[in-house]
Amino acid sequence: MRREVRIARRADEVWSLVGDPGRIAEWFPGIVSATVEGDTRTVVTAAGLPMPEQIVTHDPLQRRFQYRLKIPTLREHLSTLDVFDLGDGTSLVSYGADADPATMALVIAGAAGAALHHLRDIMEGAG
Amino acid sequence: MGRKILLVTTDQQRYDTLGCNGGALARTPVVDRLAGQGIRYERAIPQSVVCMPSRSTILTGQHPSTHGVWMNGVPLPADAPSFAELLRGAGYRTALIGKSHFEPFVDPFSRFPDNALPAAGTTPPGGSHRGFEHMEMATHGAQGQLHYARWLRAEHPEAVAMYYPTVDAELQVNAAGGGDTGAPQVQVNPVRREWYHTDWVADRTIAWIDGLDADADWFCWMSFPDPHHPWDPPQAEMARIDWRDVPLPPGFIDSRAKREAVLDAKPRHWRMWYDGSLVSNFEAPARWVPATLTADQVREVNARNAVECELIDEALGRVLTTVAARGWDDDLDVIFTTDHGELQGDFGLLFKGPYHVDGLMRLPLIWRPAPSSGTAPAVVHSPVGLVDLAPTVCAIAGLDAPEWMEGQSLPLADGQGPERVLTEWDSELFGVDVHLRTITRDGWVCTVYRPGTVHDSTEGELYDLSDDPLQQVNLWHDPQRRAWRDELVADLEEHQPSPRRPRLEVEAPV
Repeated sequence: MRREVRIARRADEVWSLVGDPGRIAEWFPGIVSATVEGDTRTVVTAAGLPMPEQIVTHDPLQRRFQYRLKIPTLREHLSTLDVFDLGDGTSLVSYGADADPATMALVIAGAAGAALHHLRDIMEGAG
Repeated sequence: MGRKILLVTTDQQRYDTLGCNGGALARTPVVDRLAGQGIRYERAIPQSVVCMPSRSTILTGQHPSTHGVWMNGVPLPADAPSFAELLRGAGYRTALIGKSHFEPFVDPFSRFPDNALPAAGTTPPGGSHRGFEHMEMATHGAQGQLHYARWLRAEHPEAVAMYYPTVDAELQVNAAGGGDTGAPQVQVNPVRREWYHTDWVADRTIAWIDGLDADADWFCWMSFPDPHHPWDPPQAEMARIDWRDVPLPPGFIDSRAKREAVLDAKPRHWRMWYDGSLVSNFEAPARWVPATLTADQVREVNARNAVECELIDEALGRVLTTVAARGWDDDLDVIFTTDHGELQGDFGLLFKGPYHVDGLMRLPLIWRPAPSSGTAPAVVHSPVGLVDLAPTVCAIAGLDAPEWMEGQSLPLADGQGPERVLTEWDSELFGVDVHLRTITRDGWVCTVYRPGTVHDSTEGELYDLSDDPLQQVNLWHDPQRRAWRDELVADLEEHQPSPRRPRLEVEAPV
C-alpha cells in the first residue's frame, strides 16, 4: 500500500521534520509520543497502544526512512518514507507499507495517508 | 412542541425477517403493529449494500458517489452534511445510540472521533459530532474501543470471551465455524441476555429518553448491531427456535447442479466467489468457500438470525413503552429500517458483497407517522431508497430539505415516490476491483458492470421482479429484452450522481 502527497516546501525542509524519528508525534495524528533508543523507536498511539519499531534505514542523503513494526499481529512489516525533491521548490513525500498479513498494511498506510495530509498542512501553513 | 422522532436501524436485516412482510420464522409483533398503524414499504432499496456507504447515505441524504464513502474503510468526512445537524440547529435534542460506523472500526491509532469519544464520555468535543449531542456506541461484540465493549469489559469481564471474535488475529473476517453445524460466524454464546448489545442499546436509549425535559423535541437514532453476523445471540434465547425445524429459504437452491447453473448465468464473480477463487471485498470471510455451505448450516444461521430479530423487536417494545410513559406516543414518529440485507442462503451464499439482488437490496422499511398527524395507514409498492430518509426526517420536523439532499420525502401512497432508485458498488482491495451500477424501476432490476479485475463491461444483470422474484433468471443477454435493457441502462447512466473529486481514500479494511 502506498500513499503520497506533494508539498509546496523544499525537500530538505520537509526532511528536517519527518527525518527526525523522535518527532513523528508532531505530524502523525494518532501517535501521541515517540522515544528513540539506538535503532529502536517506540511510539504510543492515542488508544494507549505502545508499538516498538526497528529502524532499518535512516538516510539523510536519500531522504529515506524505513522501519519495521514489532508487534505480535505482524509476521512481517516494512514501512518506507521517502522525500523526493521535485526541483521546483516542492517535494513529494511517499509512504509505502508492506505487511503480512496484508490487512495490516492497509491499516498502517491508511493512517499514514491521513498523516501525510496533516504534514502538508503543517509544512505549508508554516510558510 | 414538535414531533419526536425515533429512527430505528438494524444491521444487515432482510426484508423477509419481519412478520408484516410475510416472514414466518421470527415473531416481530412490535414492528408488525407499527406497520399496521403506518406505512409499510414493499421495496425499500439501499444505495449501497455495505455498512459505511449505506449509513453515510442515511445521514447525508446523498448517494455514495456524492458523499464519497465509496466502500467500507473510507471515513465519512467530519464536515459531511448531516440531517441530525439540521435538527439540532432547529432545537432538537439529538442522540445516536448503538452502531454508527461512519468511520472505520479498525483504528489502533484512535484517529477517528467515534473511536476516541468513548474514553472521554458520551458528549462529543464541541458539543456534537455530525449533529449528535449524545453518542453511545456499540458494535457486534466485545472487541474494540466503543462504549458497549468498554462497559462489558469493565462491568462483566467474564462475558468478553463468550462472544465470537468477528475478526481473527490477522484482522481478517473470521471464518471459524461453530454451533451445531460448523457454520461460519456462528458461536454458542452463554452471555446473559441483559448483557447482550441489543438490550444494552435499548437500555441506553431508555436512559437518554428518561433524562429529557418534558417539553423537549428530540431525535434519537437507535442503531442495533444485530442481526449482522456473527450469529451468536444469548444461548438461553435459542430455545425459541430449533434450527432443525427451520425450512430452507426459497432462495436456497438445494440442487447443486441447478444452483451452479444459476450462478453461471450471472456475471463471473458470482461463481468465482462461490468456488473460492475470488475474494473481492472484506465483507465475508476470505478463507471461507461458499460452495461448502450446507443446508443445515443455512437452517442454523437462519434460526439464530431470527432469534436476534426477535430480541430487537422486544427491545424496541421496551423503548416504545418508555416513550408512552413520558406521554409522547401520540407525537412520536418511528422509522424502522436497516442499512442493507444479507444473502442468508440465497444461491448457496452467506454474508454480502457485489451482488445486487433482493437478499441484499430489498429492505424492511416501516414508517409509523405520529398518530397526531392523522396519516392514514398504507402499503407502498413502488421503490424508495434509504436516500429518502433524510428528507423524510426533515419533513417530520417541519424543515425544508436542503439542496444537498438527493432523495425526497418518503411517499405516503403509491404514485408519489421516485421514478427510479439507484444503487452503487465500488471496491478495490488488494488488487481486485469491482464496480456495479444498478437501477430499480418499473418492476425491473438492471445492473451494469464497469471494467474491473474480472469484468470487461460486457456482463450485466437484468431481472423481472414480477416473473422472477428470486432473481434466478438473468435476462441480460436475452435478445427479446435487449431494447428494454438498453433503455434501463441509458436511464441509469443519465441519472448517475457526479462523483466526488478528489476521491476519498480507503483508510482501513472496515
